[in-house]
Amino acid sequence: MSDSWLIVNLRAIRGRAYPRVVGATREPSWVFFEIVLPLFTVAAYAYIYKFMDARGELIGYVVLGGAMTAFWLNVLWGMASQFYWEKEIGNLQLYMMAPISRMSILAGMAIGGLLSTTLHAASTLIIGAIIFDIVFHIGSLYMLAAIFLATMVALYGMGMMFASLYMLFGREAWHMSNLLSEPVYLASGFFFPVKYLGAWAAAGASLIPVTLGLDAMRQLFFSEGSQDAFLSMEMELMLLLGLCGLFLVLAKYSLQYMEYLGKTTGRLTLRWQ
Amino acid sequence: MTGQSAVETRALTRVFNPKSKREGKPVTALDTVDLRIESGELFGLLGPNGAGKTTLLKILSTLLLPTSGKAYVAGFDVEKQFLEVRKRINMVSGGEVSGYGLLTVKENLWMFSQFYGIKSQLANERIDQMLETFGLSDKRTAKVRTLSTGERQKMNVIRGFLTDPEIIFLDEPTLGLDVSASRVIRRYIVDWLKDNKGKTVVLTTHYMAEADELCDRIAIIDKGKILACDTPERLKKMVRMNTTLTIDVNAVPDKRVFGTIPGVGNFTATDDPERSVTRLKFVIRDESGVPEIISKIIGQGSKILSLQKTEPTLEDVFIKMVGKGFE
Repeated sequence: MSDSWLIVNLRAIRGRAYPRVVGATREPSWVFFEIVLPLFTVAAYAYIYKFMDARGELIGYVVLGGAMTAFWLNVLWGMASQFYWEKEIGNLQLYMMAPISRMSILAGMAIGGLLSTTLHAASTLIIGAIIFDIVFHIGSLYMLAAIFLATMVALYGMGMMFASLYMLFGREAWHMSNLLSEPVYLASGFFFPVKYLGAWAAAGASLIPVTLGLDAMRQLFFSEGSQDAFLSMEMELMLLLGLCGLFLVLAKYSLQYMEYLGKTTGRLTLRWQ
Repeated sequence: MTGQSAVETRALTRVFNPKSKREGKPVTALDTVDLRIESGELFGLLGPNGAGKTTLLKILSTLLLPTSGKAYVAGFDVEKQFLEVRKRINMVSGGEVSGYGLLTVKENLWMFSQFYGIKSQLANERIDQMLETFGLSDKRTAKVRTLSTGERQKMNVIRGFLTDPEIIFLDEPTLGLDVSASRVIRRYIVDWLKDNKGKTVVLTTHYMAEADELCDRIAIIDKGKILACDTPERLKKMVRMNTTLTIDVNAVPDKRVFGTIPGVGNFTATDDPERSVTRLKFVIRDESGVPEIISKIIGQGSKILSLQKTEPTLEDVFIKMVGKGFE
């Protein structure tokens, strides 16, 4: 008896996640690029706050923001622009030809990316906390787990949507990812509380799940975090759950549409186009 | 679903439109192609670059939509029933660099097997067996980026056959490979069909000898149109070229005896006094006359120095059909 559609797709997810989880740790250079380098950025902001004799939480915000940067970069470079690269090496047509849901390929990419990036982010967080003597006061572990998971599902859901939208891109995918990386550091408040951007700007930036996730996690990690909060963490969790659904549904339909468009125009598989 | 054909196309047409008028006119890659490939066949598509071979394979493998016409694979419509088609096919292209360089050969193959839902244990058994067949066992744990071109292509071919497809599309599978690697791949294709009755291979190739050696039937395609489709033998007969037998002998006292041999259409004898050789050239209509030619030469006490039989090749057929050879 052949396996069910669900089992086949679960195997596909595992298969696609595998190179991300295993391959990412095969190059020793990843320790430098993924852990040491981000610490320099974190240190730069931390020393600015130290120089200004700012509150201790602000340095903690920077370390947490630095850790979350890894996920944003992974979504941009490891999810959104991934299909362009997969098309270049000929993998995309093999994925498209396989008898599985395209969402399984994206989910495998997301889960693999999430697992390997969690290791990088956790390393940045722990080393940063040791260097800058950060003390975390975690209010509720359940709430933290819920917010982190919701942030990740929404963020990688957004990555899946970008991946399908980028599918037919050529080199523009590169430019688009470049365009989105730096401004989001500002808009999402990676190194400062997003509240200080003003309500309208913070509300706009909340479409990027990491904005809400980071704001809520700061409230959970630091006892005085709520005074810098944009919204209550319960509200942010609800909004994140909404974004999870929104991005996953958008990813599914945009992928379907882009695949159809690619098959019509021939841009799905032709590497030189 | 249609009948039992592995592949069937009806007036299949594919036009590529340029992104803008400045980029030129629309290109008709396939022009009302009607084709029927039976299950169990090793079917070849021969054509120059840009003839439409790859476009046809891309449509059959559900990666491209036709502009008009219909295509069925294993009886399923490639447009509407693409999932059923995908369950039954796989494709391998020449010069393919798919997979991930950081993974080992075995890991890469396992990964692709997972996209077809094959249980890990079964996949690993098949991979070990196929690596052995292709002489790649010692590369099992080598990272893919360390493989040579030939090794990499063998891995790609394994990837295609690993999922045990009903129909496999091979797009120039031996492109750029050395003789040894090409031979291993060709041998595997033939053995696979022999061991798996009812399975089908659709092959595109630039190599006439490869098509001649492997294919049960060949379609010659140019500018999106099928110009001829038949067995290699029948295609060669279409060019109406005679078989020529050229024999160099040391001397022939009486050349007139060759004029009366049944099945011999024409006969010339050219002497080369410097080398003391006479070249006899026979146009053979019926090969039953060949033993008599040999016996008449030997009967006169002459010694055969060399013998060469020239038959029409697929290249002759191709040139006749397309009006030019492969560049």
